[in-house]
Amino acid sequence: MSATARPMAEPMAEPTSVVQMPGWWGMICLIATEASLFAYLLFSYFYIGAQAAQWPPTTPPELRLALPNTIILLVSSATLIWAESGMKKGQRTRYVIGTAITIMLGIIFLCIQLLEYHGKNFGPSSHAYGSLFFTITGFHFAHVTVGLLMLAQVEVRAMLGHFSASKHLAVRNTSMYWHFVDIVWLCVFFALYITPRLWWHP
Amino acid sequence: MATIAERLHEEWTTPHTLYGTLATVDHKTIGKRYLVTAFVFLLLGGLEAALMRAQLARPNQHLLTPEMYDQLFTMHGTTMIFWYAAPILSGFSNYLWPLMLGSRDMAFPRLNAVSYWIFLFSGIFLYTSLFMGQMPDRGWFAYAPLTELQYSPALNMDFYSLGLIFLSISTTVGAINFIATALTLRAPGMSINRLPVMIWSTLTISTAVLFAMPSLSVALAFLFFDRHLGMHFFQAAQGGSPLLWQHLFWIFGHPWVYIVVLPGMGMISMIIPTFCRRPLAGYTYVVLATVLTGILGFGVWVHHMFATGLPILALSFFSAVSLTIVIPSGVSVFAWLATLWGSRPLLRTPMLFALGFIALFVIGGISGVMTAAVPFDWQLNDTYFIVAHIHYVLIGINVFPVLGAFYYWLPKMTGRMLSERLGKWNFWVMFIGFNVAFFPMHIAGLLGMPRRVYTYPSGMGWDTTNLISSLGAYLFAVGVLLFIVNYFWSRRHGETAGDNPWDAASLEWSVSSPPPEYNFAVIPTVRSRDPLWEDRLGTPARSSIYSGPVLEAGRETTSTRPLDADDVRVLNMPEDSLWPLIVALALLVIFYGLLLGGWWVALAGAIVLFIAISGWLWPTDVTAEKEATS
Amino acid sequence: MPADSSRSPLAAALLLSLVATGCAHAPSPMLPASEPAAHLATLGWWLIAVATIVFLVVLFMLLVPLRKRRHTISHADIAPPHNEGMILIAGALVPAMILIGVYIGTLQTLSATATPPVRPKYMIEVTGHQWWWEIHYLNANPSGEITTANEIHIPVGEPIALRVVSADVAHSFWVPQLQGKIDAIPGQTNSFWIRADKPGTYRGECAEYCGMQHAHMAMVVVAESKEQFESWMRTQLAPAPEPTDSLTTLGLTVFKSAPCVLCHTIRGTGTGGRMGPDLTHIATRLTLGAGAVDNSPGTLAGWIANAQAFKPGSDMPQIQLDGKSMSALLAYLETLR
Repeated sequence: MSATARPMAEPMAEPTSVVQMPGWWGMICLIATEASLFAYLLFSYFYIGAQAAQWPPTTPPELRLALPNTIILLVSSATLIWAESGMKKGQRTRYVIGTAITIMLGIIFLCIQLLEYHGKNFGPSSHAYGSLFFTITGFHFAHVTVGLLMLAQVEVRAMLGHFSASKHLAVRNTSMYWHFVDIVWLCVFFALYITPRLWWHP
Repeated sequence: MATIAERLHEEWTTPHTLYGTLATVDHKTIGKRYLVTAFVFLLLGGLEAALMRAQLARPNQHLLTPEMYDQLFTMHGTTMIFWYAAPILSGFSNYLWPLMLGSRDMAFPRLNAVSYWIFLFSGIFLYTSLFMGQMPDRGWFAYAPLTELQYSPALNMDFYSLGLIFLSISTTVGAINFIATALTLRAPGMSINRLPVMIWSTLTISTAVLFAMPSLSVALAFLFFDRHLGMHFFQAAQGGSPLLWQHLFWIFGHPWVYIVVLPGMGMISMIIPTFCRRPLAGYTYVVLATVLTGILGFGVWVHHMFATGLPILALSFFSAVSLTIVIPSGVSVFAWLATLWGSRPLLRTPMLFALGFIALFVIGGISGVMTAAVPFDWQLNDTYFIVAHIHYVLIGINVFPVLGAFYYWLPKMTGRMLSERLGKWNFWVMFIGFNVAFFPMHIAGLLGMPRRVYTYPSGMGWDTTNLISSLGAYLFAVGVLLFIVNYFWSRRHGETAGDNPWDAASLEWSVSSPPPEYNFAVIPTVRSRDPLWEDRLGTPARSSIYSGPVLEAGRETTSTRPLDADDVRVLNMPEDSLWPLIVALALLVIFYGLLLGGWWVALAGAIVLFIAISGWLWPTDVTAEKEATS
Repeated sequence: MPADSSRSPLAAALLLSLVATGCAHAPSPMLPASEPAAHLATLGWWLIAVATIVFLVVLFMLLVPLRKRRHTISHADIAPPHNEGMILIAGALVPAMILIGVYIGTLQTLSATATPPVRPKYMIEVTGHQWWWEIHYLNANPSGEITTANEIHIPVGEPIALRVVSADVAHSFWVPQLQGKIDAIPGQTNSFWIRADKPGTYRGECAEYCGMQHAHMAMVVVAESKEQFESWMRTQLAPAPEPTDSLTTLGLTVFKSAPCVLCHTIRGTGTGGRMGPDLTHIATRLTLGAGAVDNSPGTLAGWIANAQAFKPGSDMPQIQLDGKSMSALLAYLETLR
């Protein structure tokens, strides 16, 4: 087959806009499918709740630990945004510090969540509500854990100097994932902790 | 000239060693593996069906015990719908997409490899149930609470739930790969209105996979938790709901049936124009119809639940949407007919399968319309009428296009044509056998025969249709065997195909048969929908197929902007790697651990998984400087 | 054979095949015996007619171009796309009109069949079990309740209300000649109604896969005159007749000492097993084992001795009795009319 190579004046550049980077779309797609997962979990929660005589069957879950925990997670997103904007300016140290704080806040979130589980007077096998409560928050717990593992890896790579102001897709993707996990928590928190209070009467 | 081909060959070739076999990320190899493996599952599912039809040929037979029959009908459905119907289409898409798009690979070559390994291992996982005598036996739809531990105490339904979750990982990452590829890895100039229809259809279903698959995963997780962690999602006594299973399953299940047919329709949209010697009529309508079907597919799931006692208002709504979704299919059918009318069609074997497909599509679609009418569905649901309907749509809109696609594209893959004579026999035996097998089932259903029964009494008026169906099924099986014979014949005796044996229009026909490892020596620039027909169509702007950037500094291909395919950039693609295989093996260990209650084994597998993924994502020297892809 | 030319060919072919396959006995929705089922069947025939016409039109459009087929690939004969105008009209507009018609028919049939025309006088609770149907005729007065299994009697022409529930897994109650089907779902009560407008015996099937013996979970609905129905009800309400001779007395003793009483009840004998069907009037039932076998002394003996041969996996165990005990038991059971 005859093929004429067109001579290039200079080497072709790599993509600078994320919409031309497959890795970015990959993370968007992952977030889309995981978001659907939580949508279906919450659908199940409301579907079963709509058929129950009383929902939740006991009192609504306490805010005592969950509300501060929510704030902790929100702050962790803020620190990550601060970190990432440092990376965009090439400030590696800022990124490393910000990410470290984010990771610590994430670990605190998980610990408080475990504390909350420990204090519950029902379990996943008590009734359908228990199954839903622990499964939904448990799936979120798993996603936070994965997010922390991703943050840890990207932190190590940042410290090793893999990233620059113009090239740091892994940083961007990890941040997107972490913010996604945060937003999911807001939805879960609203559904499980707030909506029962909107119409529950003691 | 030769030196460019040699240099590209150097970069892209995979050594013919054990390492090469296990580590390859070549989309063509992966595509062929998908095709072969999915075909094996087709044969396994067919064997299961053959045994069932032997049992049902006469009333009151005892060739199979009810337990055996229940396992067979469950495995037949599960194997066909999950391990054959979608993967075979992935196989074609995987092989053809980069060639149709003017690219050198898929966006994520290693993810591509892992999606194949997971598909294979999940199928092996499922079929180990055969050797334990505990194949899933509650139907491919697995309604609760029959699937709960109380009514299904052995491992059967754990193979089902875990096997499907395992497979869904493959399906999901495959979908992500297709979407990223379609958006970023097109040849310069291939704007979205110039995309081959098959790209549109696989892109549509890949998006559907992202949103549908999690519903099944949630349902399966709930089932596993009910069975083994004492939870109560589907147990009414503790506040759970059996109907929740049905909703979650069908919210996934209905989009899934479009997922397994739309790419088949896309392939037909490329075959018919070639043999009518003109581009597809109504390209824009067909693309819109495809996307609309994908979207509407999410709005009809309750039509599988019309008899469950839901409120009339809900039934009316879903009936309306189920009727509406017929319209985009009608548009596609008439686009194909419009292409056909006034042309002088060439009736080679791929075209025969395309024409047969249209006939079966229409019958299947019409029987679907009959079930969308709620009150009549109260008579049709769960009878053999539905069995007829599903096989007309699944075999008609998946198997027939797949066979047509094999006849059409195998010459590209192997460099050899298949026998036309055997091809015609193949088509007619399959077409006649299929109709003899399945048309009478409409009648059996209308005579009141329920489905999923291991036997039936005589004197109900069902004897004759069942006998005819069984005979037809065996004839159909002979047809499938004829294809296998033809394939092996063509490897030895088929005439040389050349680059473009059908004088077709799309880019894959511009390279050799089989294509070189690097697909294109130069990256083409595309200026119309039918690049290889531009001279004859007299299009003003001409694509540049044989002249373009070479990109030989490593494994490189081009990336462009998603809509207009401009702003051409270079992407570095990963080399062969063992990480995908290791990830798949780690997952296999996890799933066996979960199956057998070995939680520590599963945990160990998870740790290996984490290490493997980290290793995979860790930049190698080549890509350390280039952060653009992962 | 009806050669009514206003019927579509497919409907005629269907009728022919109905007759040819000897299926005057088929429990077919297309052989309705009640007004609601007739509405459903009419909708069905219309759908079949539309389906046939559409298919023939498409087939014609598919085959006509083939007459002018070519035989070789010629390089020069590529032409631009054409006929695009017809796509939306034929593919979207015309189907939309047909589908709107179908939807109107759907809504009309729904409203004609959803609720009974008059308030039903009787309400029956149907409970699906693996693999039999428990039947309770409800009554404000508990002593007026009838309990039986796998068989429903109704007076011709009157609507009967049903409450369909499940004791274990999902089943589906379906008597095609009288009505559409309704699922029996655990944790849920589905309200339903049936009616027969012609006297007869109508077979029903379970229409939701419910495990190993889903295939043998039939029931019958017997539609009879008002007098016959009321006579049946009086009989069913009565407790079991006392045994009158030594053989039947021995039979009752056998019943009470065998495993039978663990699952079965015969009212009036002090037995109270609830896991299996009520046997108080077993001799009047048309079938045994929910349609697994016909009900006659010979088959009853076979069923008792080895139900697993007829319905493997059912909960009925094999009951080993010596010849004398079996004859006594059978003689007693045959008196339970």
